[in-house]
Amino acid sequence: MRQNKIIPGVDPKLLIKDAAKLMPDPARRGFLRGAASLGALAFLTGCDIIDGDTAEGVLRKISSFNDGAQAALFSRTKLAPTFSESAITRPFPFNAYYDEDEAPVVDPLSYKLEIAGMVDNKNPWTLAELHALPEVSQITRHVCVEGWSAIGSWQGAQLSDFLTRIGADTRAKYIWFKCAEGYTNTVDMPTALHPQTQMSFKFDHKVLPRAYGFPMKIRIPTKLGFKNPKYVVAMEVTNTDHGGYWEDQGYNWFSGL
Amino acid sequence: MTAETISTICADATIHPGWVRVCHWVNALAILLMIGSGWQIYDASPLFRSLEFSKHIALGQWLGGALLWHFAAMWLLVINGIVYVTLGLATGRFRRKLLPITASAVLADAKAALTFQLAHDDLSHYNAVQKMLYAGVILCGILIVLSGLSIWKPVQFQELTALFGGYDFARYVHFAAMAAIVGFLVVHVTLALLVPKSLRAMVTGK
Repeated sequence: MRQNKIIPGVDPKLLIKDAAKLMPDPARRGFLRGAASLGALAFLTGCDIIDGDTAEGVLRKISSFNDGAQAALFSRTKLAPTFSESAITRPFPFNAYYDEDEAPVVDPLSYKLEIAGMVDNKNPWTLAELHALPEVSQITRHVCVEGWSAIGSWQGAQLSDFLTRIGADTRAKYIWFKCAEGYTNTVDMPTALHPQTQMSFKFDHKVLPRAYGFPMKIRIPTKLGFKNPKYVVAMEVTNTDHGGYWEDQGYNWFSGL
Repeated sequence: MTAETISTICADATIHPGWVRVCHWVNALAILLMIGSGWQIYDASPLFRSLEFSKHIALGQWLGGALLWHFAAMWLLVINGIVYVTLGLATGRFRRKLLPITASAVLADAKAALTFQLAHDDLSHYNAVQKMLYAGVILCGILIVLSGLSIWKPVQFQELTALFGGYDFARYVHFAAMAAIVGFLVVHVTLALLVPKSLRAMVTGK
């Protein structure tokens, strides 16, 4: 893997951005204490029958079971609802685990999308080459794991079309995305092949601004927002689940809509 | 005749069959887990600027933890709820216990209850206020599950989401159903504690 490689055009300081301050470990360990204070487990006499680690383990197992349930519910042909131009949320919110002025700055001239894994052609793609791909467009609802939603307009290449071009083995289970600031994401192949899954280069018909993920965002209207990586610099077609930034901290892996 | 005498006479009669009691307590656990984790999830993006839930009463510590609880406890709530509603309809218990509900009877019994004139001697018979509250909370349960599904899967279940007025509005429906259930719980638990034999009946069946 290319985890430690310096990415051209990116401020190296941003690569080691520590987001842990937002989600301190002690807070994530405390699922059970919250239950006790609610009184929910008073039914179990209030004794500390199960410790936090066991509870977290059980909850994570149920979360993986839910991955399977959601994969079964997922339809390869059912399209996310689309909206008219007038429904677009303006201004469309910036959202990340860092402030807007800390968002990665990617140099368009030196940028190259790296391709790895189970593909015939691993040549990296320049931005000019990517922009020359046939364009598709969508106005869809971005749903954040936090609950809020916003309607946006994205243009770019259909990911399934791109995968065909590079000779990707679509029997592989996953596609792993790596972003300029170190954010990562793994997406299941059926979702990657969904007709609305897009390599977005534009927002509202204008070149994707830095806030929305310049130079490339993967727009997946069938997934929660955090499964829509921005500032994407590399992708790998793989049978290994490399996890992801939020998934590794406890957000549900599939997170389908 | 005192309440004791009556309950002695009716000693053989089971007020709540086993399946009702099991479903009741499983549901009690599931709904508390759902409400507690739901409050923590709500805090990540509050619908009302002036309303946030304290971490001390919410479950899960942070959004990720709360979501794990919420989407685990949902199975308990839904499977138990399906068993309960199916048996309630199939055995005729809902029809026998909860119907008919008339506005005039509800008003008359509500007035009697507020002036402490409402008899609670026969626990196997529900007064009109109880009928309305129990039928109402079952409907709220169905509403909260359906609105929850529409928020969880606004693409796969988009027809359902549209029925709830779209994704954003469905969140308000889900919240309102929660608020109604919490309101029910306050009244329900208060009354169960005021009439302890009703609590005993839900444990032992008699």
